[in-house]
Amino acid sequence: MSLERFINQQTSSWMSGGGPYSDVVLSTRVRLARNFSDVCFPTVFQFDDAKQIVEQINTATSKKLSLELLKMEDLSPLQKRVLVEKHLISPLLAESSLYGAALISEQEDISIMVNEEDHLRIQCLSSGLQLQETLNEANRIDDMIEESVQYAFDEKRGYLTACPTNVGTGLRASVMIHLPGLVLTRQMNRIIPAISQLGLVVRGIYGEGSEALGNIFQISNQLTLGKSEADIINDLGSVVHELMMREQSARDALVKTSHIQLEDRIFRSFGVLSNCRMVETNEAFQCLSDVRLGIDLGYIQHISKSILNELMILMQPGFLQQYAGGPLRAEERDVRRAALIRERLTMKETN
Amino acid sequence: MICQECHERPAALHFTKIVNGEKTEVYFCEKCAHEKGEYLFGGHPAFSLNNLLSGLFSSEPLFSSNAASHGEDEHCEKCHMTFQKFLQTGKFGCAHCYTAFDSKLTPILKRLHGGNTRHQGKIPKRMGGALHLQKELHLLREQLNEMIANEHFEKAADVRDQIREVEHKLSGEGGGA
Repeated sequence: MSLERFINQQTSSWMSGGGPYSDVVLSTRVRLARNFSDVCFPTVFQFDDAKQIVEQINTATSKKLSLELLKMEDLSPLQKRVLVEKHLISPLLAESSLYGAALISEQEDISIMVNEEDHLRIQCLSSGLQLQETLNEANRIDDMIEESVQYAFDEKRGYLTACPTNVGTGLRASVMIHLPGLVLTRQMNRIIPAISQLGLVVRGIYGEGSEALGNIFQISNQLTLGKSEADIINDLGSVVHELMMREQSARDALVKTSHIQLEDRIFRSFGVLSNCRMVETNEAFQCLSDVRLGIDLGYIQHISKSILNELMILMQPGFLQQYAGGPLRAEERDVRRAALIRERLTMKETN
Repeated sequence: MICQECHERPAALHFTKIVNGEKTEVYFCEKCAHEKGEYLFGGHPAFSLNNLLSGLFSSEPLFSSNAASHGEDEHCEKCHMTFQKFLQTGKFGCAHCYTAFDSKLTPILKRLHGGNTRHQGKIPKRMGGALHLQKELHLLREQLNEMIANEHFEKAADVRDQIREVEHKLSGEGGGA
């Protein structure tokens, strides 16, 4: 019953499109990697260890948090794919974990992955830019678990993780950010290398490098050791603020210098999405990005900002096939995707 | 831009690796990137940062010479992970591996974490008071140095008193444990 809910509930709370600075920042995610001290890491552990971890963590959280336990072995490939597309679980957990499981909150803003690369990956998601709040939430869950679990921790190296890239804080904070202005003004190619030198990673979330699909980028910290959690999120936060400022000035400049070209582009994309009968992922992303920019700039009204946040999740292959109730060929998916987008656009208009 | 691997298809993926300020850029087409296990984007399960990492570790002459001669003998007594295996997978087998391979770990951590080797963040509550006090002491000393540097001597005196207090508590904790 509850599995059905996670699969069929279309949107998670963090996709709502609200939250601070939501005209540029789509969502914030914080992940803490943790391991039990006396059990081998998932790299080498045995089935019994894996099972014990799931049982212990389920007991540890069930008292104070209301989370639903989903075991990977109980899910169909399509169900797992939908959870991956919702960012609730990772492809690694879905496909190659030993007795992998996830504990997910009703709002889908908390997901604890169990027996992925580490015993625990505590993930919290929020809409907009909310680094401190999201970290606080992850810490709250971490503290709660720690009351009944002895973590692998070393005074010198911090929280011990399977991969040394995560050791120390075990913290990966990331921000998903929509930067059409910087892409249109061709500034991303210069910005990405500069950010990389600050110990942060930028990647196109659904595409590659500077040519990110839908102009959506994910920025996260690379270093986990030698800095406090507060310093890590402050550094990330200040870079995000800098990017938001530059994005704003790029948008201002575009409106000032190419007002009619910009308006034309936005309404053409709106036209495509409102009328298409078949659409591929790439084109859909690009048009959605334009429409979202149009909403942010006030060209397009009566459509919710959350359209980009929601549709970028819902128009993925797993979701489309879940709605259809079975596998679809690429062409059939393009038809379904177009129908979904059209339906979504008219729905928002009548609201 | 043509793929650097097959020299046929157009490059679809662009990787920038920055290690200690040294920048390496590579371009692959989707197929080659996939085959190389460096399919970084789109959350593909074949994506493995570890492949990149293990390449990084084993390219270190310090390790390759060591590992070639007697690397196989070095292992973690708890989970039996060998250092050689760690270099291949980029992953440890258990918490004890960090102790077992401690001497070799420092240069690796330095490379991965911008020269850092010591944890400065959160400490589990149940680790006991001493660690928390040590951390507090560390922070206070940093504050003290900063204040002296900025010639805020009155405030510095307050912080110095706080340091004494924490040191006192710490010696109490140490004696009790």
